[in-house]
Amino acid sequence: MTELKLEPRERAAQPPAAPAPRPPRDERVTVIRPAPRWPHLDVSEIWHYRELLARLVWRDIAVRYKQTSIGVAWAVIQPFLTMVVFSLVFGKFGNFPSKGVPYPIFTFSALLPWTFFASAVALSSTSLVTNRGLVTKVYFPRVLMPLAAVTVPIVDFFPAFIVLVGLMAYYSVWPGIGLLFAPLFLLMAGIAALGVGLFLSALNARYRDVPYAVPFLIQIWFYLSGVVYALSSLPDKWQWVLAVNPMTAVINGFQWGVLDTAAPDLGKTAVSVAATAVFFVLGLWYFRRTEPRFADTI
Amino acid sequence: MTTAAVSSEGLSKRYRIGALHGAYGTLRDSLSATTRRALRHEHRPHYEDIWALRDVSFDVRDGEVLGLIGRNGAGKSTLLKILTRITTPTEGRATIRGRVGSLLEVGTGFHPELTGRENVFLNGSLLGMKRREIIQKYSEIVEFAGVEKFIDTPVKRYSSGMSVRLAFAVAAYLEPEVLLVDEVLAVGDAEFQRRCLGQMENLSQSGRTVIFVSHNMQAVAQLCDRALLLDGGRIVNDGPSAEIVAEYLQAGHGSGASRVWGELDARGDELVRLRSARVLQDDAVAGSVDVRKPVGIEIAFTVLDHGEPVFPKIKVFDRQGDVAFNALDTSSRWQGPARPGEYVSVAWIPGNFLNEGLVSVDVGICSLDGTKFHHRAAESDALSFHVHDPGLGDSARGQFIGQVKGVVRPLLEWSSEER
Repeated sequence: MTELKLEPRERAAQPPAAPAPRPPRDERVTVIRPAPRWPHLDVSEIWHYRELLARLVWRDIAVRYKQTSIGVAWAVIQPFLTMVVFSLVFGKFGNFPSKGVPYPIFTFSALLPWTFFASAVALSSTSLVTNRGLVTKVYFPRVLMPLAAVTVPIVDFFPAFIVLVGLMAYYSVWPGIGLLFAPLFLLMAGIAALGVGLFLSALNARYRDVPYAVPFLIQIWFYLSGVVYALSSLPDKWQWVLAVNPMTAVINGFQWGVLDTAAPDLGKTAVSVAATAVFFVLGLWYFRRTEPRFADTI
Repeated sequence: MTTAAVSSEGLSKRYRIGALHGAYGTLRDSLSATTRRALRHEHRPHYEDIWALRDVSFDVRDGEVLGLIGRNGAGKSTLLKILTRITTPTEGRATIRGRVGSLLEVGTGFHPELTGRENVFLNGSLLGMKRREIIQKYSEIVEFAGVEKFIDTPVKRYSSGMSVRLAFAVAAYLEPEVLLVDEVLAVGDAEFQRRCLGQMENLSQSGRTVIFVSHNMQAVAQLCDRALLLDGGRIVNDGPSAEIVAEYLQAGHGSGASRVWGELDARGDELVRLRSARVLQDDAVAGSVDVRKPVGIEIAFTVLDHGEPVFPKIKVFDRQGDVAFNALDTSSRWQGPARPGEYVSVAWIPGNFLNEGLVSVDVGICSLDGTKFHHRAAESDALSFHVHDPGLGDSARGQFIGQVKGVVRPLLEWSSEER
């Protein structure tokens, strides 16, 4: 009579023959339990999700180039015009110290790692909130979000690097033996950015103040990193304090590589490396600790 | 096979109301609260605990299709969120054997700027598929979704139906051992829903385990072997799905015939708040209504401030999840600016109008925003009730005892004469 028929599902009525072929059973066992008190980073799980990481990075890059009309040109125009402005303001009128190389190339070579670091921090700090839809709807190691965000700006680095090569040729500046270490210094910038990004993105999942604080933080950090002036011209007693900022070592090291300026001081570089490690570990610790609550608070 | 594919022992999830309040708070609020406590030697404020899930234990056999039912807030979605690892339980543990797949809500994981093809790959990886697998099943996925022609068009140009089909297709071809499905069948046209149900049926016949959360009782009864009824975060009933669904529908309160929002979960914005909603027939709350008599949908709400005109609105869905109709109160009372106060509105759906089966209702308080409704306070699936026909021959079905198709089933006035 009524349309809602509540008949039990009859399995027996199905033809018993030819069970659908199924792939070999995946023997993975997922155990779900309350969040551990002492979080750790599950590297094997991240490895398992490596394709998703690549896909997320690819997604962000693809979307950016689809949304912007001149796409990749931005990666060149932005640092180049910044360099022109800095050269006029700080180099020409301000006569800022530039390690004895022409000011434009000094500041441009500092802008490359700096821009990478600054974009990485900015993107990763909002990565969880930007992807709120995913975080509240599907499981994957949350670390992938800031990790992908730190990886994306590497793409902008390469076109800008080609411009740097052009500038080097123009000013007849040649790279030194330190060039071999340049990738390591960039990696260090990436790890430091990831540490900061992990911390800020986790904080942002709960407090919406973070997007307001980040540009400010980056601006101050910029002046403490020696992008527009050579830090070596500051009094000696400050050098060790500044070394706590990983970006001082990154920019020094990168310039040592591409411009063959004076090699970075080993002790101060060691301080920067240690600071990077501390940033990373603290950021990761805070992230993992608050991770179980992301979906509830974001 | 008798192995448990999913096994849950004492799963519990606690939310702190204090913590919920802090969720959207600012850093300043937290800092100042901490400072205040430190200065005045206060202890941590007393939180009120809400157990969204309490001591839930069950096993799901390999190949079993389990339905989770219960009204909104009963803990179904929390349980599913824990099983999909989106959130962690406060206590207890669960084990899942084999690959877990979950069906994402429409649009989740789809990026509007990317094309259908790009989104298939993105969504596939989000669900844990390897590139190789996606390539292998790509053509089947696209064919199932029926979007071949638009596969290189950005998804932002898709209709919502197309997006849903594509999303379901990706998940359906994931071939997980355990598939977790939350209420997807509320969207898409009837034909596509049938295909989704068919695909779920296929999965279960090839020995896959499915856990299915739905308000669509008919789907649960037909598709599931077994159902768990949750209420207040606990399992209150467990058994063959047809029995559990029948009991659930008979208990009027369980069908969602009345709904009250507290201060904490009140729906609304700075202008209006929903307070309660009820299904009425013969001056009483009714979970099961007689098709021949009028049904009232009562909405109680508060207007908090002076503001732009607002009005109550209902959206009624048939058992397939298709929109039967939208109705709003057009009376002059709501033409002028909103004035603060408590209001109760009842929309009367005439007798002999709805078709039989489960009907669900979205309620909302809206204002107009150009050509759209601006839902200021709204709840999807706020109410549901079962429409039945006593079969006395005085309804629109007359003496006919088969299935009457159609979203509505009005009793029309006929004029016939012999020529």
